[in-house]
Amino acid sequence: MKLIYEKSQAGRRASAVPRHDELPRPEVPEELRRSELPRLPEVPEFELVRHFTELSTRNFGVDTGFYPLGSCTMKYNPRINERLAALPGFARLHPLQEEDGAQGALELMWRLQEILAEVTGLDAVSLQPAAGSQGELTGLLLVRAYFAARGEAEQRRKVVIPDTAHGTNPASVTMAGYELTPVRTDARGNIDVDDLRGKVDEHTAALMLTNPSTLGLFDENIEEIERIFNGAGALMYYDGANLNAVCGISRPGDMGFDIVHINLHKTFSQPHGGGGPGGGPVAVRGILEPFLPVPAIVRREEGGFGLDFDRPQTIGKVRGFAGPFGVFVRSYAYIRMWGPRLREMSEAAVLNANYVLARLKGAYDLPFDRLCTHEFVLSAKTLKREHGCTALDVAKRLMDYGFHPPTIYFPLIVPEALMVEPTETEAKETLDAFCDAMLAIAREAAEEPELLKEAPHHRPVRRLDEVRAVKRPVVKYGFGEHPVTKGEAKAVVTEAPQGV
Amino acid sequence: MTHPFLALTESDREEMLRTIGVASVGELFRDVPEGVRFGRELDLEPALSEQEVYAHVAELAERNADASRELSFLGAGMYDHYVPAVVDAILQRGELLTAYTPYQPEMSQGVLQAIFEYQTAICELTGMDVSNASGYDGTSVAADACYIAKHATGRGKVVVTEATNPQVRQVVKTYAAGFGLETVEVQHRDGVTDLDEVERAAADAAAVIFQQPNFFGCLEPAPELVARAADAGALPVAHVDLLSLGVLEAPARYGAAIALGEGQPAGNFPSFGGPHYGFLAAREEFIRRMPGRIVGETLDTAGERGYVLTLQTREQHIRREKATSNITTNQTLLALGGLVYLTWLGPQGLRELGETCLSLAAHAKQRLEERAGLEPVFADQPTFKEFAVRVGRNAREVVAAARERGVHPGYALGRDYEGMDDVLLVAVTERRTPEEIDRLADVLAEVAR
Repeated sequence: MKLIYEKSQAGRRASAVPRHDELPRPEVPEELRRSELPRLPEVPEFELVRHFTELSTRNFGVDTGFYPLGSCTMKYNPRINERLAALPGFARLHPLQEEDGAQGALELMWRLQEILAEVTGLDAVSLQPAAGSQGELTGLLLVRAYFAARGEAEQRRKVVIPDTAHGTNPASVTMAGYELTPVRTDARGNIDVDDLRGKVDEHTAALMLTNPSTLGLFDENIEEIERIFNGAGALMYYDGANLNAVCGISRPGDMGFDIVHINLHKTFSQPHGGGGPGGGPVAVRGILEPFLPVPAIVRREEGGFGLDFDRPQTIGKVRGFAGPFGVFVRSYAYIRMWGPRLREMSEAAVLNANYVLARLKGAYDLPFDRLCTHEFVLSAKTLKREHGCTALDVAKRLMDYGFHPPTIYFPLIVPEALMVEPTETEAKETLDAFCDAMLAIAREAAEEPELLKEAPHHRPVRRLDEVRAVKRPVVKYGFGEHPVTKGEAKAVVTEAPQGV
Repeated sequence: MTHPFLALTESDREEMLRTIGVASVGELFRDVPEGVRFGRELDLEPALSEQEVYAHVAELAERNADASRELSFLGAGMYDHYVPAVVDAILQRGELLTAYTPYQPEMSQGVLQAIFEYQTAICELTGMDVSNASGYDGTSVAADACYIAKHATGRGKVVVTEATNPQVRQVVKTYAAGFGLETVEVQHRDGVTDLDEVERAAADAAAVIFQQPNFFGCLEPAPELVARAADAGALPVAHVDLLSLGVLEAPARYGAAIALGEGQPAGNFPSFGGPHYGFLAAREEFIRRMPGRIVGETLDTAGERGYVLTLQTREQHIRREKATSNITTNQTLLALGGLVYLTWLGPQGLRELGETCLSLAAHAKQRLEERAGLEPVFADQPTFKEFAVRVGRNAREVVAAARERGVHPGYALGRDYEGMDDVLLVAVTERRTPEEIDRLADVLAEVAR
C-alpha cells in the first residue's frame, strides 16, 4: 500500500490551528528561522483515518488472535485499563504539579509499590524505569552504588550470567561498566552449579538470573545458587520477564534475590503497543533502598503522599519524572481485579503451557524433558535434518493457519528453537487449534516441505529480503528520489532470535 | 467463580491434566523446591469487579488538579498542547495497541510501515538522515547520544549546558557513570549559553548537548554554538522541541550531528510524566551506532515493497554485550501518536502552531508587564512559547497563592537553579486564549510582589 507521503497533495490539511492575527508576532532572528518547511503529509482528516485504519488491518495483535510469543507474555489487555488511563484527572495531569494537586496519582503509585513489594517479597520499590532493560541497568547501577559505599567497587567487577539469558542482560552489564562472566546450563536445564562454583569469588558483584529461565524451567538448585552468592558476598538480580509463572507461588525475595525488575507490559497487562510503552519497576531489599532513583514516592507522616528527592546516596535518575504513569494506572487496575487470585492467573498460565507441551512433544524435539512453567522450548532440529524445514519455516507456516508464531532461535543454546508461551488468557479450544496446526505442519514438512518453505501464503506480504534492507538501507521516504519499489524476487531471512 | 480473564472450565482442567499426566495443578510445580514455595496467600485486597475498579480509580483521578480543572501555564518540559481525537481513535485500534515488537514482518506490516513513516517525519523536522523508532523519553535519548559520541570520538567526557532541562542533565549523569564518561556543565550568561565556555569545555569532549529553545525558554545562538563545538572536535547534540520546528531552523541545517528530544508536546498527553516518546535522529555517518529499533524498506519474494526491522546487528538480541544499547521495548505506540498528530498538523499547521505560540507568549510577556508589573528576567533574549519572569517573592509561594485562585501560573525555577527563587517560568501553548492570559496577569498582579 502507499505511504502517507505518497497520498499527500499540497494544499490539503486535517488541522485547524487557533490564530491570533490581532496580536503582534515577534520575528524569529533570521539566523534561527526555518528556511524550508518539513514535508509532512498533506491529507484531509478522513484520509488520515483511512490510512491508519488500513495499516491496522495489516497488523496482528492479541485482539486479533493467538500470540504465543515466548518470553513476551502476550495476554489479554483489558479495555477498562484504557478508559481509566484516559481520564482527564490522569491524562491531563502535569508531572510538575504541586503535591497537593496530585494526591490521587501519588496514592495510586504508592499503592502499586506496596503491591509489587508483596508480590516480589522485597522491601522497597522504584517505579521509575521505563522498561525491563532500563530496570536491568538501574539494578546494576544499584549494585555499583552499593559496593562503592562498602569500598568494594574496584574489587567487584564481574557479573555472572547464564547462557540462556535474554540479550538485554549482557548488554546492560556493558552499559553499567561491568565485565561479563558466562555460566553454562546443565543437562536438566538448570544452571551448571559446578561451573558456577568455579566462577563466583570475591571479584563477583552480582548474578543476573531469570527464574523460571528462558527455557521455561524453574531452577531446581536455586537454594544452592543463593548459598554460593551469599557466601561470596555478592548480590542477586532477578530478571522478572517470567514473573507470570510464579505470582503467589514463589517470590524472588524468598528465593534470595536482592533486586527484581518487573515487566508491567508482560505480567501486568500494559498493552505492548507494537513495541512499547513498557514499565520496568525495580523492587529491592532494604539494604539497597538508599540508592534507588529519585524521586521516591512516600506516604507522609502527617498524611497524604509525596515525592522525596532528599536521598543523598541515590544513583540519580534513569528517566524523567517518577516514571511512565499511564502504565501504572493500567497495571494497578489490572492487579486490583485479581487481588490474591493472582495465583490463579499463574496457575492457569502454567497449566496451559504444559498442556500444549504435552500435545506437541511427540512431533518436535524437546531438549529438556521436564514439566515446564508458563512457557517451553521445542526444537525443529529433526525437521531440519530430515526434511530441510527450519524453525523459521515452521513459524512462517503458522501464519497461514492464522496464528502468530512463537519466538524462534532463542534461547541460543537450543538449535532451531521454538519458544511457546500461551499465557493464561487462552481457552482450551484455541490451544487445541494451535496444537492441531503445529502437528499438521510437522506432517507437511515430511510430505510437502515447499508449503513451509514458501510460507506465508496469505499475509499482506511474502517473505522479505532482510539482506537487501541492510546492504542498501532505506530508512525514510525519499520523496522525488525514492528508490524504485518493484524488483527482483528474493528472500534472505536471517536465522536469528525473533521475539523476546 | 471463574475469573473474567480466564477461560478454562472444570472439565477443561481435568482433561488437560489427564493429557499432561499429572493429578493436580499443584503437581505442575513439583520442580519448585519446598524451601522457596510461598506458603500463604498474597496479602492483597480482595479482587474487584470492573465496575468497582472503575469507581475506585476514577475517584483517585478526581483528586488531581489537572489542566481541565486549573488554568495552566505550567510547562518546563511537558506541555498542554491539544491532542486531536484522531490520535485517540488510531491508538485504540486493537491490532496496533496489542501487538508486540514487529519481529515477524509478515504479521506486522502495519506497525512497520507506520514506524517508517514516523522516521521520515522526524528526519523531515530535524533535517537528519536517520531516525530510530523511538527511545523512552527526552531524557534517556540524550544519554543514548552520549554513547554514540563516546564511540564515534573516543573521548571520555560530555558537556551539557546548564540551560538544558535539569532532568535531562540528571539522567545523562546517571548513565554516564556506567559508560565511564565524565560530565561537565557549561553556565549560561543572561539566559543563554556562554559560547567561550562551550569552546573551552568542548576541547576534549565527545559531545556538547544543548537545548533549543533552552530550559528558560530563550533561543540559544545555535549556529554559533554548534560551530564552536564542532571546531573543537565534539559532536553537537541539539535537544529540540518538535513543535518549534515550523518556525525554528532544522538542527541539521545549522550543523548539529544529532537531534533529539521529548516527543510529548507532539501528540501525547502529559499523563503525569509518561508514557511518552523520545526521538533520536542523526546524520548518516552514525547509522550503525544508533541505539534501538530502525525500520527499513525492502522487497518480498513477489517483488513487492515491504518493511522490516533492519541493521539488527547493532542490537542486544543479536549482539548481546557488544550491542549499541540494551533497549528492546521502546515507545512505539506513543511515537505512532506523534506520527498521527504530525500528519494531522501538516506543514502549514506546524508553522501556524509555532506562530500562534510565538504570538501568545509575546502577548503574555507584555500583559504580565503591563497589568502585573512583572519584568522578564532575560529581556534581551528572543523566546518561543515560554519565558521567565521575576515575581518579587518566592515563586513557590506565588504558585500556591495563584492556584488557590484557580490558575497554575508556571514553574518555580528556584526548584532547580540557585539564585532564582523569585523566578517563574511561564508556558503559553495554542490552547490558551488572550482572555486566559489576562486572567493570569490579574491573578499574578494580586499574588506576586
